[in-house]
Amino acid sequence: MKHEKAKKFGMVIDLDKCTGCGSCMVACMAENNVPFREDDTDKMLSVFWLHVYTLTNGKSFPNYEECYLPRPCMQCEGHHGHSPCVSVCPATATDYDMNTGIVSQIYTRCFGCRYCMGACPYHVRQNNWWDPLWPDGMEKSLNPNVSVRMRGIVEKCSFCFHRYQLALDQAYMENRRELEEHEYQTACTQACPAGAITFGDLNNPAHAVHQIAKPDIRHGGKPGNPKAFRLLERLGTNPKVYYISSREWVRRAGDNYLMNEGKVRRS
Amino acid sequence: MDSALIPEGVKRCPTWQFLLWIGAAGAVLLWGVFAMLLVYIKGLNQTNMNNAYGFALWIWADLAVIALGGGAFFTGFLRYLIGIDKLKNIINFAVLIGFICYSSALLILAFDVGQPLRAWFIFWHANVHSMLTEVAFCLTCYFFVLCIEYIPLVLENRQISKVPFFHNLSHNMHEIMAIFAATGAFLSFFHQGSLGGVPGVMFARPFGFREGILVWPWTFFLFTWSAAACGPCFTIFVTKLTEKIVRKKLVKDDVIELLAKISGWMLTGYIVAKIIDTWYWAAVTAPAKGFSLMDFYTNNPGSAYGIWILVTEIVLCGVLPALILITNKGRQNQITLWTAVILAVLGVCLNRWVMILQVLSAPVLPFENWFPYFPSWQEIATTVMPLAYGVIMISISYRYLPIFPQEQELNPIAAPSSQALKAEPEAAELQAPPEEAPGAELDPAKA
Repeated sequence: MKHEKAKKFGMVIDLDKCTGCGSCMVACMAENNVPFREDDTDKMLSVFWLHVYTLTNGKSFPNYEECYLPRPCMQCEGHHGHSPCVSVCPATATDYDMNTGIVSQIYTRCFGCRYCMGACPYHVRQNNWWDPLWPDGMEKSLNPNVSVRMRGIVEKCSFCFHRYQLALDQAYMENRRELEEHEYQTACTQACPAGAITFGDLNNPAHAVHQIAKPDIRHGGKPGNPKAFRLLERLGTNPKVYYISSREWVRRAGDNYLMNEGKVRRS
Repeated sequence: MDSALIPEGVKRCPTWQFLLWIGAAGAVLLWGVFAMLLVYIKGLNQTNMNNAYGFALWIWADLAVIALGGGAFFTGFLRYLIGIDKLKNIINFAVLIGFICYSSALLILAFDVGQPLRAWFIFWHANVHSMLTEVAFCLTCYFFVLCIEYIPLVLENRQISKVPFFHNLSHNMHEIMAIFAATGAFLSFFHQGSLGGVPGVMFARPFGFREGILVWPWTFFLFTWSAAACGPCFTIFVTKLTEKIVRKKLVKDDVIELLAKISGWMLTGYIVAKIIDTWYWAAVTAPAKGFSLMDFYTNNPGSAYGIWILVTEIVLCGVLPALILITNKGRQNQITLWTAVILAVLGVCLNRWVMILQVLSAPVLPFENWFPYFPSWQEIATTVMPLAYGVIMISISYRYLPIFPQEQELNPIAAPSSQALKAEPEAAELQAPPEEAPGAELDPAKA
C-alpha cells in the first residue's frame, strides 16, 4: 500500500463568530458519552472535553467587551511529538500519533496517577472522580462507537477520533485511501450554529484550516495569519487549535506577557 | 510480661504503659485506616482534589516522607562507603526511620492512584521517558533494600537471636551490608532526583519547569541534594524526640554533632545551589515564558502563596539552619541544634509543598485565577496515619531490638544489693559495664 503523507488534524475557532451558546459542549458530551452528575454545579469536578471560557477586556461600561473562547484539547505536538502530557505518563496510556497529530488516551491502560493533568496547562485533562451513571433509559442513547470510562481514570478530547476511524472504514470499503475534507469532522464543528469552528488537516493546503491559519510548519506551526493565535504559544506546546479574532485584546489574552511587553495586570 | 523479649542490659517502661502508648497511636492509625478504606471503596471523590489539583496532599506527603527518609541512604553512604565509623551508633535508627518513611510512601501511593488494581501497569507498560516510572522502579527496589537492611536488626532480638540460623543469617547479612548500602545510595540518588524531575520536566508549567543537563532538570539534583542534607536532620530530630519521650540519652553527643555537621555543610551547599536556581529561574526561565517572579507570588487568595513562602523556605528554613549547623557552638547548644534540625525538616517539607501544590495552584492560562485547595478529612486522616504507624514501629523496635548501640553504656542499670546478686546471679552479669556495647556487634567489621 502506498504510504500516505502524515496528517496533522487541527482546528480554527473564529472568536468573532462564537456566541457562547454552548452547542459545541453539548454535542461533544453527547457524541463522546461524557458522564455527568445530578448536581454538576462544581465545574472543577465535572468532566467536559470542551469548555467555553468567558473572556473580558477588564474595562468597565461603556468600554466593556467580552469574548467566548471554546477550548477543546489542543493536541499539542510540542517539539517532535513531545507534548506536555504524553511524555510524563508512566504507563504509556497516552500517545502522540505522528500520522494524525492526535494525542490519544487509552482508557483501559490509565491507572489514574493524574500526572498528565498536572502537566497540561490548559486543564484539558479531567479525572473521573465518580463512576459514570446515566438516568434510566438514557444509556440507550449512548454512542456505541465510544467506550464509556470508569471511575479513577483520566480522559480528554480526542478530536472525535472514532469518526476518523469510521470515515477511513468507509473509504476503504470504497477502495479509497484518502478522505475528503468533509468526511471527517468533529461533533463540535458540526454543531456550531455560527460556523465558528473549522476542522481539517493543517498539512493539506486544500483544507480550510490550512488556508485560514496559514501554519508555518518550519517554525513550530506558528500562524501566518496576523489575526490568528494559539493559547500559550510561548510555552512551546505547539498546539493544533488556532483562534481567530480581529480584536487585539483577545489575541493578547491568549498568552502571558511581562510588564515591559505591555502586560495587563490580572485582577 | 514481655521481659524475655527486651534486650539485655537495658530498661524499658512497664508493659501496661507501653500498651497504652501503642493503643493511643493505634487509635489514630485506625482512624487513618477507616479513611483509607473509604477511599478504596468510594474512590477519589472522598478527597478535595479536583481537575486543577490532580496532585495534592498525598503527593506532597509522599515527596516529604521520601525526602525525610533520605537520612537512611545518606547515613548508610557515609557509614559504609565513606567509612565514617562513628555513625554506626545511629545507622540502625536511620535505617528504621527510612524503612518507615518509604513503606509509608508506598502505602500512600497505593490509594492515591485512581485505579489501584492497575498500579502494576507502571511496571508492565513502563514509559521510560516518564519521571514517575523511574520513581516507581527505584522506590520499589530501594524499599526492598531497606527491608534487607532492617531484617538483621529484627534478627538481633534476644529470642530470635537464640536460633542459630537467624543468628548466623543476621551476622552474614551484616557482613555484606556495604553492598546494600551502595545499592541504596545509587537507587536513592535516582528516585529522589526523579521526584524532583516530576515538576521540573513539566515545560508547560512555568512555576515548576527548570532547564538542566540532558534529560535531568535542575530540580532533579536539588531534590537529591536536599534529601541528603535534610534527611539526616530528620534522623537527629527523631532521635532527640525519642530521647525526650523515653527520658534517657540514647546516642552520644559527638555522634549527633558529627551527623549535624555533615548535614549542615550539605545544607549550605544545597541552599547556595537553590538560591542560584531560583535566581536563574526568576531572571531567565520564567520571563521567557511571559512570567515574572511576582506573578507566582501575588494575587492569590489570602496570599497563601505570597513571597513569604519563598523567604521562609530559603532564608528561615535554609540559610538559618545551615549557618547554625556549620558552627561548633550551634551544634553543641541543644536549643540551637533543636531549632536548626526542625527548621531544616520544615524547609524540605515546604519545598516539596511548593514544588507540587503551588505549581498546580498558579494559573497558567491568562484568563484563569489561582486555584484554592484544602484537603478533606479523609486526606488528612490518611496522611496522619503514617505518623501513627511510625510511632508504633519505632516504639516496638526500640522496646525489643538493640536499635541504639550506645544505650547500655549511656544508661547503666544501678547495681543491685548483695542479696539480689545472690538471688539472681545471671543478673549480676548484666550490671557489669559492658566491654562492648551490644549494638557494636552490628558492625560488620567487629561481627
